[in-house]
Amino acid sequence: MNVDIELRVNGVVRTLTVDTRTTLLDALRERLGLTGSKKGCDHGQCGACTVLLDGRRVNSCLALAVAHDDADVTTVEGLADGGQLHPLQQSFIDHDAFQCGYCTPGQICSAVGMLSEVDDGWPSAVTADLTASVALDDDEIRERMSGNLCRCAAYVNIVPAIAAVAR
Amino acid sequence: MTAVDTRLVPRAIGAPLSRLDGPDKVTGAARYAFEQPVGEPAYLYPVQATIAAGRITRIDTGAAEKEPGVLAVLTHENAPRLASTDDAELAILQSDAVAYRGQFIGGVVAETSEIARHAAGLVRVQYEEHPHDVDLRADRDDLYKPEKVNPGLETDTADGDVDGALASAAVTLDETYTTAMYHNNPMEPHTTVAIWDEQGLTLYESTQGVHALRRSVAPVLGLDTERVHVICPHVGGGFGSKGYGHPHVILAAMAAKLTGRAVKLALTRQQMFFLVGYRTPTIQRVRLAADRDGQLTAIVHDVIEQTSRIKEFAEQTAVSTRKMYAAPNRRTSHRLAALDVPVPTWMRAPGECPGMFGPEVAMDELAVACGLDPVELRIRNEPAVDPETGQPFSSRNLVACLREGASRFGWADRDPAPGTRREQGWRIGTGVAASTYPVHRIPGSKATIRVEPGGRYAVLIGAADIGTGTWTTLTQIAADALEVSVDDIALQIGDTALPMASVAGGSSGITCWGSAIVDAAGKLRARLSDEYGGSVPASGLEVTGELPPNPDAERFSMHSFGAQFAEVRVHEDTGEVRVPRLLGVFGVGRIINAKTGRSQLIGGMTMGLSMALHEHSVMDRNLGQVANHDFAEYHIATNADVGSVEAIWLDEDDPYVNPMGSKGIGELGIVGTAAAVANAAYHATGVRVRDLPITLDAFLR
Repeated sequence: MNVDIELRVNGVVRTLTVDTRTTLLDALRERLGLTGSKKGCDHGQCGACTVLLDGRRVNSCLALAVAHDDADVTTVEGLADGGQLHPLQQSFIDHDAFQCGYCTPGQICSAVGMLSEVDDGWPSAVTADLTASVALDDDEIRERMSGNLCRCAAYVNIVPAIAAVAR
Repeated sequence: MTAVDTRLVPRAIGAPLSRLDGPDKVTGAARYAFEQPVGEPAYLYPVQATIAAGRITRIDTGAAEKEPGVLAVLTHENAPRLASTDDAELAILQSDAVAYRGQFIGGVVAETSEIARHAAGLVRVQYEEHPHDVDLRADRDDLYKPEKVNPGLETDTADGDVDGALASAAVTLDETYTTAMYHNNPMEPHTTVAIWDEQGLTLYESTQGVHALRRSVAPVLGLDTERVHVICPHVGGGFGSKGYGHPHVILAAMAAKLTGRAVKLALTRQQMFFLVGYRTPTIQRVRLAADRDGQLTAIVHDVIEQTSRIKEFAEQTAVSTRKMYAAPNRRTSHRLAALDVPVPTWMRAPGECPGMFGPEVAMDELAVACGLDPVELRIRNEPAVDPETGQPFSSRNLVACLREGASRFGWADRDPAPGTRREQGWRIGTGVAASTYPVHRIPGSKATIRVEPGGRYAVLIGAADIGTGTWTTLTQIAADALEVSVDDIALQIGDTALPMASVAGGSSGITCWGSAIVDAAGKLRARLSDEYGGSVPASGLEVTGELPPNPDAERFSMHSFGAQFAEVRVHEDTGEVRVPRLLGVFGVGRIINAKTGRSQLIGGMTMGLSMALHEHSVMDRNLGQVANHDFAEYHIATNADVGSVEAIWLDEDDPYVNPMGSKGIGELGIVGTAAAVANAAYHATGVRVRDLPITLDAFLR
C-alpha cells in the first residue's frame, strides 16, 4: 500500500509517496537521495542511521516513514551552515574521530541530539545526582554515545571530539 | 650490509595531517557502494538455506513471482550456469546441494527493496535434510593436516629435541587455550551494485581491493578480467571480510544478467554472519620448558581449528610462535576439522591475533612459575636472530617496547602477587603481553603519475581506503617522493580503471602502493630532468612505476613488534570485568601520518579489548548456525566499554623494509591485547582464564 506524506528534511519540504513498509531511513536514502544516513544493521542495533526527528535523535531504520507525515527531519547533510561545517563535524575531523566513516553521520547526529538532551537536563544511566544539572564528563559522553557502534573503534577520539564542542 | 640509501626524506610523511576525505565523510557526501547513482535500479533480496546440510527437493517460487513488482526469482533451477565452480564458496545456485545453513539458494529481484524482501519470504522450499556436524573439538578423529596454512606457510615445523627438553626442564607448562569464533562485522554491510552492458560487468562494490575482487569473480562468471570494472572510492570497513569476492557478488551479477537491470544488493547484518567469512575458533595446546631462571628451552604450539567442508581456509595460528622467543627446541602444528559451516576467512591479523593469545598467556604463567616479572621473562628470551630462519631482523625492538611501556605504565610499582589490590569493591590488576606482525609485500602494484604544466600531479593507483587513511597517506608519500606539497597532489584510488593495486590486507598497503608511487615519482623526475631540463613539457608527461623487488627481503626477517599493557578491574560481587586502561608501545618503523596512524593502533587495541571481553559467535549445534547473529547478541565494544587507550611508537629506523621505512600498522594493534587483558585479570583475581571471551562467571566460582 502506498501513502502520500510530507516531510521537512533539512529545512526543505519534500512530498513523496511511500510504501507503508518503507522506513524513514530508506525513504531518505532511496527516495530522496540523502545517502548520508547509513544502514549498518537495519535493526536499531548500531546507530549508523541516526537522524534528528523533530529535534530528537532516533534510529531512522526503526521509524516507518508513513508514521512521520509532517515531521521535521535533520540528517547529516543538513548540519553544516552553507560551507561552514557544524562544530561537531569539524571537531570529528580535528580529533580523527572516525576511520572508515560509515558510522560517522550517525555519531554526529547522535551527538547533536545528545547535547540537546543534556541541555534539557536529561540524566543518563551514569548520572549520579538526578536532581542536579548534568556535568557532561567523559563517562557521561561514553554512556550517552553507546548507541552508536564504531567497529574501527574510534571511541577514544569521539569522546574528546564531542567534549571539545560541549565545553 | 650498507646499501644505497633510496629512502625518502620525510617532510609530509610523519605529519599529523587530518584525513583528506574527512569533510566528505562528516557531511555525508562520501558515497559508499550502495549509494552510487545508477539509473532505475532493481533490488535483490536473497533466499537462504534453512538447513545446514542436505539438498533441496522442491523450491516453489509461484507466490513470489505473482507479487506485483517482482522482476525475477532466482533458484538453482533457473540461475545462469557459472563458467567455473572451482571455488565452491562462490559457486552458488548451481545444484540442489546445501553445504551450510544460510547459504544462498535463491534471490528475488523487484522494483523496490520492500517488495523483494517480502517476496523472498514467499519462496517455499522443501529439503532432504542430512545430519550436520558443526562441532569443533580436540578429540575428533577426523582432524587433518592441511598442505599449507594461510598465506602459503608451512603447516608444521620442528627444530631440535623438543621432547628431550620437556623431559629434562626444571620448569614446564602444558595448558590448553581457546579463542572464540569472531565475525568481522565492518559497519558497512557487504554490498554489490551490478550492471551489465556490452563492455561487460560493472560492480560498485564494498571491497578491500578492486583488482583482487575482479580477479576472484571474473573466472566464475566466465569473463576476461578486463571486462569486469570495479569501482569503490570509500569502504565502510572490511577487517579482512572484504578481501576477495563472497557469494553476494555472484548473486547480484546473476540477478543483473537475468533482469537486464542495475541490481542493488546489500546484505543485512544477520546475513553477514553466514556469508562473508569469520575467524575460526581455535584450540591451542601450548607447552613450555624453561630453566629456573626462565630461559626457555622448548616451545610447542599445537593448534586445532575449523574450516568449511566445501572450501579450505587454514588459519596460520601458530606461526608467530616460530619467531617470538629464543628457545632452541620448537615445534608448531595446525590441524583442521572440516565442518558443515560457512567458509572462514581473514580477520584482522589472521594467525597472529588468535595465535598470540595462548602463548602470551602461557608466558605469563611461566613468569609466575619461575617467580619472574613477565616483562623480564620476555626480555630474557629475546632472540638475537629470527629463531626460525637464522636471519637477522631488519629491526626488532620488542625489548625497547617492553621497557618503554613498563616505564610509562608504572609497572615498577606493581606487586607481583595476584589479588592484592582492591578499591571500592573492585579487584585491580595489570598485565602485559607482546605483539608481532610480519611486514608483508604483495607483488604487482603499479602507479601512474601524470603532470601538466601548471597543474597538480595526478597520482593514480587502484588502492583502497578501508578507513586506514589511504587517501591521506598516499598523498603524503607522493608529495615527498615528488618533493612537492600535499596540495600539489591529486590522488585517485578505488577503481580498476586505475593501475593495478594489491589488496588492502596483511597491513601491506603502504609498502606495496607507496613503493609503487615512489618508483613512479623517481622515474617521472628523472625523465623531467633528463629529457625536459627539469620543466614540465607543454604536452604534459605521464610515467608508470611499480613495486620493485626488495633484495633485502631475502636477507632479513621483517616484522613489527609491540608491548601491550592492560589494567583490569574485576568486581568482587558481580565478576564484571572492566578495562580502564590500555597502553601499547610499538616498533613499526616510520609512521606515515601521526594522526591516522595512532587511530589505527588504538582501533586495533580496542578491537582486541572487544575480543577479550565481549565477542563470541556462539554455534548452535542443533541448528548448525551462529545463534547470536546480530548486533544485539554479538556484542562489539561500545563507547562505554572503552576507557583510556593509548598508543605510542618508538623512533624506529628500518632502512630495509621499503623507501618509506614503514612496517604496517593495521593489524599489529589487535595482536596481544586479549592476552594482556587475561594476564591482568589473573593479576587482579588469581583466577587464570584460558578461554576467550573472559566473562564474569570465571570469577564467581
